[in-house]
Amino acid sequence: MSEGTLYDKVWERHKVADLPNGQDQLFIGLHLVHEVTSPQAFGMLRERDMEVAFPDRTVATTDHIVPTTSEGRERPLADERAEEMLTHLEHNTEDAGIRFFGLEDDRQGIAHVVGPELGFVQPGMTVVCGDSHTSTHGAFGAIGMGIGTSQIRDVFATGSISADKKAVRRVEVTGELGDGVGAKDVILHVIRELGVDGGVGHVYEYGGEAIRSLDMEGRLAVCNMSIEGGARAGYINPDETTYEYLRGREFAPEGEAFEERKEYWESIRSDEDAQYDDWVEVDADDLAPQVSWGTNPEQVVGVDEPVPQPAETRDPDAAESAQAHTEVTPGETMEGHEVDVAFLGTCTNGRVADFREAARVLKGREVADDVRALAVPGSGTVKRTLEAEGIDQVFKDAGFQWREAGCSMCLAMNDDALEGDEVCASSSNRNYVGRQGSTEGRTHLMSPAMVAAAAVEGAVTDVREFDAADEVGEPVADAEVDG
Amino acid sequence: MSDDAPGSAGDDAPGTDGTAVPAIRRVAGTGVPVRGDDIDTDQILPARFLKAVTFDDMGEYAFYDQRRDGDGELNDHPFNEYQGANVLAVNDNFGCGSSREHAPQGLMRWGVEAIVGESFAEIFQDNCKSLGIATLAVDHEDAVDLQDFIEANPDAGIEVDVREETVHYDGKAVEGDVPDAMREALLEGIWDTTAVMRTNLDRAKAVNDSLPYTDD
Repeated sequence: MSEGTLYDKVWERHKVADLPNGQDQLFIGLHLVHEVTSPQAFGMLRERDMEVAFPDRTVATTDHIVPTTSEGRERPLADERAEEMLTHLEHNTEDAGIRFFGLEDDRQGIAHVVGPELGFVQPGMTVVCGDSHTSTHGAFGAIGMGIGTSQIRDVFATGSISADKKAVRRVEVTGELGDGVGAKDVILHVIRELGVDGGVGHVYEYGGEAIRSLDMEGRLAVCNMSIEGGARAGYINPDETTYEYLRGREFAPEGEAFEERKEYWESIRSDEDAQYDDWVEVDADDLAPQVSWGTNPEQVVGVDEPVPQPAETRDPDAAESAQAHTEVTPGETMEGHEVDVAFLGTCTNGRVADFREAARVLKGREVADDVRALAVPGSGTVKRTLEAEGIDQVFKDAGFQWREAGCSMCLAMNDDALEGDEVCASSSNRNYVGRQGSTEGRTHLMSPAMVAAAAVEGAVTDVREFDAADEVGEPVADAEVDG
Repeated sequence: MSDDAPGSAGDDAPGTDGTAVPAIRRVAGTGVPVRGDDIDTDQILPARFLKAVTFDDMGEYAFYDQRRDGDGELNDHPFNEYQGANVLAVNDNFGCGSSREHAPQGLMRWGVEAIVGESFAEIFQDNCKSLGIATLAVDHEDAVDLQDFIEANPDAGIEVDVREETVHYDGKAVEGDVPDAMREALLEGIWDTTAVMRTNLDRAKAVNDSLPYTDD
């Protein structure tokens, strides 16, 4: 059993009771809510004549089903079922007194982008959402867990979930990242090494030089994809990078309160002599940009490395059917593999730093003629920040469509979808068959910089061979764009 | 059919006090094998069908794309061929990916009351627990043997015993693992955790008050 880790300390602070089923009742410090997985839970609550117990610990936004064109966001939405879901969320949050960032609020966006950037998510919290990518919030040293709708009902009714404490695996990522290589490459590499089910039964504590050197956006991308490795939660101990990111955020504490809170944040860091259930080391020194070749997130190679023969993989049958689907050739690299669509955004890579990274590659270049390219900021705040910096112009000049915030083509619950057997260079997190809206569509996961490079070349390409601009736009502090 | 009351069919919703939740000791019936590792919830229930404010129709969408050919005609997917079965036999890391409860809701409304497989993704397994669907983890060889058996004997009886953590078929009893909390919850009829946690609401409020960040 682990001892003295952040996970142990935060769990202990939030434990309400031992339950008769042998699990712990765990208090939830922040419940993020969206339109797809909550209406049924609100319905169950009404059936039982119960009210939301902790509306102040609950924040809602709309992301999965929202259109990303400005004309498409006029009400009522053209898609009646999407309109119905949005209307339900509006009524449900109003009735329960829950803060809601709706379409008319310029801070609306993806729950896992909005929560961090507005300062709702802080170290030492327990965070849940009816979305598997809630692991994202571990970037702050919080415990973030995806839950199902019956558990959402539990949180509404009791401010708690019934849960087992997991084993803690330290994932020590060593080495120094080179130019053109970042957080997305690190996490794809980790999942490749540990497998899509390697984290089942565990939470991941990421550490090591390659993790410490990441900015918050990078740490959010790493923790976001913990669930793709089977770990329901993944976290990074908070440090000055975390605290500096939080300072000045709209819903973060201010002044003296901030300094006081920092004492709590420091206190929940894993102890120097903490005991882990498991410890693995992953070397990221000289890591190449990573690209997925198959239909799950462990089917990944470095861009300059040959796609493996099925027999060389952990699951040869799965690899064979994946390669038949994506039509990649084992023995060859992914470089030169043609793409039809370039998609930038999502809860993994839809933040300001992600778009800056892509813009440095795109500056002065154009999207290849036959490539459809979408830039979908993760939130209204991200969009306005980039526009204030003039970075939107880099995307527009290059031929990207500049959209409104939402989950968009990550799972295609709105109009943004692959068509037929289109091949997509995507900054998202899942390359499952059909994930992007077409059962024949093909998804290749990669970093925002790699997506930008693929858009320009019309094919997967090594972004390290691109001469990227040093700076793009005029940096403006995120906080200055609030409002 | 279960010999005890079946798992929570949606139209058989538990009572407001939680006491109406039935205990589930055994699930007996016939099997449906779905082969493959890492079957994700996008395969089990495609995202485009999540656009509904209730779970009522999810049974129609279970494995929707897998059950159809390119032209939309039903194919020979097990969910077409083994109608009426209630024990699903799968392989490794079943239910990975999205947290959507729509996936187990779809399986349950199609008829699944228990799942036997090599391993299950965590959120999916939690959702099964919430719905009263038993999951039994068995060895690789045993999972494959069960699938082979069902394919050869589609009408043969299969029984999952939650208390004993076994699956019975072909005259044998194969041991597996039902997670402790799920086992307790199913056997005691306390798999609906809302009511039991609601009794601790004052303690939850005390924890809320004790946390340094809750007065923001």
